[in-house]
Amino acid sequence: MVQIKMHLLVCGGTGCRASESDRLVEQLNHHLQLNGLAEEVKVVTTGCFGFCEKGPIVKVIPDNTFYTQVTPEDAEEIVKEHVLKGRKVARLLYEDPETLEHISDSKHMEFYQKQVRIALRNCGFIDPENIDEYIVRDGYAALGQVLASDPKDTIELIKKSGLRGRGGAGFPTGLKWEITAGNQADQKYVVCNADEGDPGAFMDRSILEGDPNSIIEAMAICGYCIGATKGLIYIRAEYPLAIRRLEIAIKQAREYGLLGKDILGSGFDFDIELRLGAGAFVCGEETALISSMHGSRGEPTIKPPFPAQSGYMGKPTNVNNVETFANIPPIILKGWEWFNSIGSEKSKGTKVFALAGKINNVGLIEVPMGTTLREVIFEIGGGIKDGKRFKAVQTGGPSGGCLTEQHLDTPIDYEHLTAAGSMMGSGGMIVMDEDDCMVSVAKFYLEFTVEESCGKCAPCRIGNKRMHETLEKICQGKGTLDDIEYLENLGKVIKDTALCGLGQTSPNPVLSTIQYFKDEYRAHVVDKKCPAGQCKALKSYVIDETKCIGCTLCARNCPTDAITGDKKVPHVIDQSKCIKCGACYEKCKFGAIQIR
Amino acid sequence: MDKIKLTIDNKPVEVAKGTTIFQAARQVGINIPALCYMKLENLGVENRPGACRICVVEVEGRRNLAPSCSTDCTEGMVVKTTSPRVLNARRTVMELILSDHPQDCLVCPSNGKCELQDLAATLGIREIRTVENAEVSTYRKDYSFSLQRDMDKCILCRRCESMCNDVQSVGALGAINRGFTSIVATAFEQNLSDSPCVFCGQCVAVCPTGALTRTDDTGRVFKALADPTKTVVVQTAPAVRAALGEEFGIKPGTSVTGKMAAALRRLGFDRVFDTDFAADLTIMEEGTELLGRIGAFLQGDTSVKLPLLTSCCPAWINFFEQNYPDMLDQPSTAKSPQQMFGAVAKNYLSQKMGVKREDLVVVSVMPCIAKKYECTRKEFSKDGNPDVDISISTVELAAMIKMANIDFVSLPDEDFDHPLGESTGAAVIFGTTGGVMEAALRTAYEVFTGKTLERLDFKEVRGFEGIRTASVDFNGTMVNVCIAHQLGNARKVMDGIRSGKFNFHAVEVMACPGGCIGGAGQPYHKGDASLLKARAQSLYREDADKPLRKSHENPYITKLYEEFLGEPMSELAHHLLHTHYFDKHHKI
Amino acid sequence: MNKIKSLDDLRKMKQSLKSDISIREKSDKAEEMVRVRVAMATCGIAAGAREVMNTLLRKVEQDSLPVVVTQGGCMGYCYAEPTIEVAVPGKDPVVFSHVDSARALEIVDKYIVKGELIDGIIPVNYQTIQEKL
Repeated sequence: MVQIKMHLLVCGGTGCRASESDRLVEQLNHHLQLNGLAEEVKVVTTGCFGFCEKGPIVKVIPDNTFYTQVTPEDAEEIVKEHVLKGRKVARLLYEDPETLEHISDSKHMEFYQKQVRIALRNCGFIDPENIDEYIVRDGYAALGQVLASDPKDTIELIKKSGLRGRGGAGFPTGLKWEITAGNQADQKYVVCNADEGDPGAFMDRSILEGDPNSIIEAMAICGYCIGATKGLIYIRAEYPLAIRRLEIAIKQAREYGLLGKDILGSGFDFDIELRLGAGAFVCGEETALISSMHGSRGEPTIKPPFPAQSGYMGKPTNVNNVETFANIPPIILKGWEWFNSIGSEKSKGTKVFALAGKINNVGLIEVPMGTTLREVIFEIGGGIKDGKRFKAVQTGGPSGGCLTEQHLDTPIDYEHLTAAGSMMGSGGMIVMDEDDCMVSVAKFYLEFTVEESCGKCAPCRIGNKRMHETLEKICQGKGTLDDIEYLENLGKVIKDTALCGLGQTSPNPVLSTIQYFKDEYRAHVVDKKCPAGQCKALKSYVIDETKCIGCTLCARNCPTDAITGDKKVPHVIDQSKCIKCGACYEKCKFGAIQIR
Repeated sequence: MDKIKLTIDNKPVEVAKGTTIFQAARQVGINIPALCYMKLENLGVENRPGACRICVVEVEGRRNLAPSCSTDCTEGMVVKTTSPRVLNARRTVMELILSDHPQDCLVCPSNGKCELQDLAATLGIREIRTVENAEVSTYRKDYSFSLQRDMDKCILCRRCESMCNDVQSVGALGAINRGFTSIVATAFEQNLSDSPCVFCGQCVAVCPTGALTRTDDTGRVFKALADPTKTVVVQTAPAVRAALGEEFGIKPGTSVTGKMAAALRRLGFDRVFDTDFAADLTIMEEGTELLGRIGAFLQGDTSVKLPLLTSCCPAWINFFEQNYPDMLDQPSTAKSPQQMFGAVAKNYLSQKMGVKREDLVVVSVMPCIAKKYECTRKEFSKDGNPDVDISISTVELAAMIKMANIDFVSLPDEDFDHPLGESTGAAVIFGTTGGVMEAALRTAYEVFTGKTLERLDFKEVRGFEGIRTASVDFNGTMVNVCIAHQLGNARKVMDGIRSGKFNFHAVEVMACPGGCIGGAGQPYHKGDASLLKARAQSLYREDADKPLRKSHENPYITKLYEEFLGEPMSELAHHLLHTHYFDKHHKI
Repeated sequence: MNKIKSLDDLRKMKQSLKSDISIREKSDKAEEMVRVRVAMATCGIAAGAREVMNTLLRKVEQDSLPVVVTQGGCMGYCYAEPTIEVAVPGKDPVVFSHVDSARALEIVDKYIVKGELIDGIIPVNYQTIQEKL
């Protein structure tokens, strides 16, 4: 018998698949076969490793070699050199941006060092399409344990652990379960909210793609605790891979009897169905989600009644987010004390963030609550791209606010982020540098909320539109100081009057940027300047006569013939013709073209 | 019941558990303004989407403002309805709504009757703070025979949707698109005429702005009246007299039959008749049909279709043809009173008056806008000339009276013209839910038993319950009847009949809340169900005051049969007064 | 697939499936493990390193030892192949020469499990590939 001596873990998350990781798997298998290694080396397609900036990732087990940006064409070299001869392929190793040294073991990468992976414990580690691998990782043991005990004990345990909803609002999970458990009905439901919608966020998708069984197990646990026999996962149809992996996991769990009738001989029945959403952001709001599951228009309804009282089909329904569920099995297996010991005073455990923007290590990370923004951005995230200056970080997606340098030492938890004028949200984190115009950033988020507003309540439907129009006006250089005042009043009223969480938080990006970057707004409306040089309408290109040698290169590249001048004489830009495309700026070799 | 104590604007209030802040405030004389909220007490009609956010109030300890229409009172709650924060929010939201609304109030069909206009006045809006060149949402106009949609004026209160879906179960309207482009529309954005709309008009009846309006046919009437070659006769439905006065500031529940006849004469109609006459005729035909079916049934004929369904209400017939095409032989074949009148006018009256059919213009005044559609049905015309040429609503008549400079309030009471103006009390009550059934029972009882009714008031079929049932003793034979108003209730009854759960002999259905008195052609009820009840009471009073209260006692009806029709259900009666139904199951 | 009927069933199943993934779990905690590296350059393979590696892997699995067996490149001791390097946590790594299957088992039993010293250790004066990188 030949022993398996090596595993090649290949990321099969959506991001890496987009970079052909599935063809890479094929190629690896092909070359293993060619070299007679197929029986002793196993290629495993896993979920996301989180280090998406450098994907596709291949991790070689047992020596923990971490290859980045691997193409299908690299497969041959990896097999021939590393697998066959034990020689690492240096060019594919991660290079530390500061020391410029190759780091072969992912354990030595700063990106991973500060992380604590609870929700992501199996992502990038197991084959998500093989339930056996999940079982070996203590999968379904928590369910088994719970089914042998009083549901009240489990609810108590979850309460004591301090776990709070990871969807954004941070409602204590145990309490939510307890309320739903206390409402009597002939049928109750467990709903998993997988309608992740923040721009740039993919926490839930990664968990579902990398460890679908953990959600299934947690939902069954929840079902047992609250007295529900049916579970529904509301997931956006835009997540085809997550859907497929969930379907596989559900099928396998049913075959093992881990879903269905009389689970593990306990007499408890539970099964799960998928509900595909059309990808409306507002359907992340639980009442809108339920409305959508009913087949109705995805728009929120007034609360009360809360879903815990009257949710899906008018029955008590417990809605939790994917990441919240992912935390449940470890809490049960390792105890509430363990979970409670991680994190900050009121926010326990860890939080997954999708790091994006002007940062070196774009990707998915999981850090203990209480980690500071600085640690996340400069250590795990590897700092700002191209050596630029940090300007702001947006947390909480379109519902959150922009925080500045002064907030870098803010511990990341529900309370501190809210106090600083932003919010935890579901885990989007976008980093901005000195080139980002904060008015444009606010406008970008407003554009999103205008697009995603369901249109039900007037403040959100019309108010956000008017805010967006005002921001547009400011970016066009047509704004006045009154417009800033108008934005502030409108923002406050929308927060105060909108029907659901989407509307109540949609002005946050505007209000927080006005609060922290008022000078930048003033520069737009008073000086008609965009300090970051982003707003086209406020930019003008001029030629510095002292630097221009009259080479005519700019004039030849100008698409609108706005630049004139004789050879060897300084040129001039006709502002009325200039469309501010920046072609001259790019071409000039003498730095003669300036942006004002 | 549990009582809750709270304070609203420093006033202590005690309310039952489950009372909203909005309701509690009314108890102490604080009328919080609202826009989308509407409730018809006891009729199961409620719209509470929490969408407009005008009724927001400040609740101590709460992070944001609370929509008072949908926030329940809690013990010790401290509510402020007019704090600066509330007033600013309310005004700002109102300005937002107005910023996306056409500014053409002066020429809007709802000018002077618009809740948005009223609210802007109440809130003292003098300018609309908005963005220069702010985008305004627009949508194509949609015209039908009965109603018109100008969705540019829609404020998304969603009342029409609640009526169409929750109350009427028609399902023609729903919100589509998202965000700023959200709009209430039909499926696949069809025209209403191609949608499952049954033209009950309840959406129009509750629209707070000019987004949904009745199709205006007053111009056509004025034109006909001015045409010297035409003889123009008018018929007025029973429910019109119970509500027309409201348009002139007369107390709701005041019947204005005499003034209405006078006004119509002053408007220039050549003859002023009454649809009530045709209602009596309907009872003769429909009652005979019912007795025929019951008789056959009692003799063991198993093919007989029971229950007999009333067929007076055109929206109900549209609804029926769309949803129950498998039961087409169930309703009475008797035409509606409007169309019976038209048929008699164009065939009998024209002869009597010596006017050619095409020169006789029959105008109807109806509490209804589905009647406008009914007039256009092909089976109700001959060689392209309709039996009823123009149908206008109560509100349109009021507008005509105003345009003609008639001081309605000081008009004397006048009578209808003969022969088609005479009616019994039985016909008058057609205008309210249960009225047709009661009228039918009065005649059917006497014909069936050969005895004189001692008690004319069938109180068991009266009331505002959505579905009512009664068993009436026809001298030992129990006749089981059912009355439903609002189409959602009709659906429940029909589904029960189809499945065999219900066994009735006769069922009356009216599409609108309270029957015709709550029709879409009537003045706006402002969400006040007591107004509908007052209208019903006025009809019952008029019935009680009539010397003749049974349709078969109407001497002009007797004369019509003697001179022209022969007897009920005769061949000529069949030809002129009966119709048939079509499978209009809506296919998308 | 058979149904899992109880928590015990589940635990048994976990045990039976464990080998498949244990290599990953061990390398995840590599710093707590004994690391055995088999030199797998051409010379090593020619001298029988592959067989040695398989023997080690089988042994480790059979006895559920906290040992990670990896392969490395040429260490430069071509004369002494097959060679293996053993790194016990807290101790300096040791390189054994002329390892065949029998000797491999001996190294595991005596050096790794019991901590006894055995013959054939090559003095530590080399640099591993790892360190060169």
